[in-house]
Amino acid sequence: MSALRELKILVIVAVAVLVLYWGVEPLAHSIFHPKTAPVDYAFSDLEKLQVNGNAENGKVLASTYCIACHSIEKEGFPTAMDNETALAAYGVVPPDLSSIGAIYDANFLANLIKDPVKALKLGHKFGEDKFYPMTPTPVSDEELADIVAYFVSIGEKHLESQVLESDEYKTKLDAINKANLANKDIEIATLKEHLTNKETFKEACVRCHSMKYDNVFALTPDVNMLNYMGAKAPDLSMMIRSRGEERLHKFINDPQKMLVNASMPRVGLNEVSQNRIVKYIESVGDSKKEQRIFVGKVLIGFMIIMAILAYLWKRKVWSRLH
Amino acid sequence: MAEFKKADGFVDWLDQRLAVKTLAKVLMTEYWIPKNINWLWAMGVVLTTLFCVLVVSGIFLLMYYKPDTALAFDSVNKTIMQEVEFGWLWRHLHAVSASLIFLIIYIHMLVGIYYGSYKRGREMIWITGMLLFVLFSAEAFSGYMLPWGQMSYWAAKVITDLFSKVPLIGPDLVIWIRGNFIPADATLTRFFMLHVFLLPLAIMLLIVTHFYSLRMPHVNNQEGEEIDFEKEVEVYKQDKKKAKIVAFWPDFLSKDIFVICTFMILVAYLVCFNYGFAMDPINFDPADTLKTPAHIYPEWYFLWSYEILRGFYMSESLGLIFFGVAQVIFFALPFLDRSPVVAPAHKRPLFFLWFFILIVDLIVLTIFGKLPPEGINNYIGFAAAIVFILLIVTLPIITRLEKSGGAK
Repeated sequence: MSALRELKILVIVAVAVLVLYWGVEPLAHSIFHPKTAPVDYAFSDLEKLQVNGNAENGKVLASTYCIACHSIEKEGFPTAMDNETALAAYGVVPPDLSSIGAIYDANFLANLIKDPVKALKLGHKFGEDKFYPMTPTPVSDEELADIVAYFVSIGEKHLESQVLESDEYKTKLDAINKANLANKDIEIATLKEHLTNKETFKEACVRCHSMKYDNVFALTPDVNMLNYMGAKAPDLSMMIRSRGEERLHKFINDPQKMLVNASMPRVGLNEVSQNRIVKYIESVGDSKKEQRIFVGKVLIGFMIIMAILAYLWKRKVWSRLH
Repeated sequence: MAEFKKADGFVDWLDQRLAVKTLAKVLMTEYWIPKNINWLWAMGVVLTTLFCVLVVSGIFLLMYYKPDTALAFDSVNKTIMQEVEFGWLWRHLHAVSASLIFLIIYIHMLVGIYYGSYKRGREMIWITGMLLFVLFSAEAFSGYMLPWGQMSYWAAKVITDLFSKVPLIGPDLVIWIRGNFIPADATLTRFFMLHVFLLPLAIMLLIVTHFYSLRMPHVNNQEGEEIDFEKEVEVYKQDKKKAKIVAFWPDFLSKDIFVICTFMILVAYLVCFNYGFAMDPINFDPADTLKTPAHIYPEWYFLWSYEILRGFYMSESLGLIFFGVAQVIFFALPFLDRSPVVAPAHKRPLFFLWFFILIVDLIVLTIFGKLPPEGINNYIGFAAAIVFILLIVTLPIITRLEKSGGAK
């Protein structure tokens, strides 16, 4: 009878606490952040353009239209000016194009080349009064397909070489080789994966954003960002905790959907790259995630055993009292 | 002077000098607790445990935390969370325990109200407990400021702003509290001092006083029965099964330790898998004095009184007055309850109804305290605030009715 009463009290208290929790957590957050459409990697608002053109011809076109402002370092087209000059000229450092074919969605790239402001969803920031530094490229749809095909054909290769040629990869590989570990291959694979994530991040985000906690700093200084976009780009070190994985994915995929008049452009990452970038953001801001999950299981198991032992002891003590 | 003999062991050696055996008897083996209790009576020991967890985890955090607006955010989020071995564990444990300690404080208080454990000689237990609640609130508020995130800054701003409404000295008072015109480095440093020194010290002294205040009137029991403890001690020594009391150690604590261990399963789960309720996501953005967050709200345990403040959406002054009343009114509970009956609420029909409405109202106030103050939320908040005030006003009336013949 007594045990039944204890349970009854437990149920009443638990129900009240759960209602409270539901109200201040799931309910409140669902009101602060109303449901939004899922991530759209197809960028379905953009027109479907041809992207499987002739890469050879694309190379010729790219060297005509793109390299006036952009570098394609890995293909032998270095930057025409240093960062500071570029900032003065364009208001922002233009991206290098070596690996864009691997990082961004092909159809998005085609649309971007055709009409940058529309693809980037920056109509509220650039227009008649303030011109976007990249102008629509005057090429036919066939030529567009050739250019995109060219960048897609070189993207993966260059992204990988960027990883393998980075100082971080070389030093860490050295350390792994010296340590002579049994699971060396796994270690190297993990390192490569992490640095691919990081390189993707650097390619796609670092022109504006820093990742202070990993010593990665934005190429465009805050002052220039403020002039260029009307807002400073926040440091991304703790974004995984302040926004969470799901909101990060949705925001990167389409900032305007999550925050009206957001300064950040829609950058058009394909699914693979976006996953890589969010993984990287997590690896910096939630670096102890695996340890936390492991410790959590151990602690819960330990407390369950302690609770059982405590219960047995309690029964022994109270058998003398009842 | 006492005569010291050669000790026949370490305990005896200590006993001759510190009377540890007598001390153990007084504090543990011959400190008597009623037998007729349920697990809600374990909340006091659960609170003590949580407070110990907070002190220990706080000491570890203190080794790396930097009380400086330029360094605080990174010392917490980079040094402690990413670099120090298991630093994240101490921080999560600290934040989750701080949130849970309020849940248990509220349960502890409401149990006291339900069983009428604040009257017939137990007034000082209630009052020292309420003082502890106020000190814990200050401790939580000052601690929340330390990571210097967006919520730290804006909560500090909104709450210290409240003092500007104090008549005559208000604006000066706010500057005096902050040490600046806006929350700034001086504010952070002084709240750091309060959080790690003055308030914990005061809390520890008050906890001892709270425990001491239990000694004369003794712990209440499930039926509010008046127990003749001296007689029961004799019975206990003859036959434990017949006695209405148990010893604090090992009888009472064996049960409490089981409750604590079970509770710690939940704590471990929350610390490692579900900590968002105790560490608001917005506070992982560094403080920015120029960028107001879309929604500013206090931690969940302040929401009910915050909603009484906001509930009077038509008048800020009225809101502030009743907010002030809500903060202190529970101190007066032993004197607002005019009935001498000490019994569980389910044996006092009118009071039971009052208690039930109180619980529902507190939950409604808490939930709507977090929601944006717009549309129907304003009216619900206002109604809930009015209900709270009516509850306070009606308590003396219904308890007086009870005295004049309602319940037995």
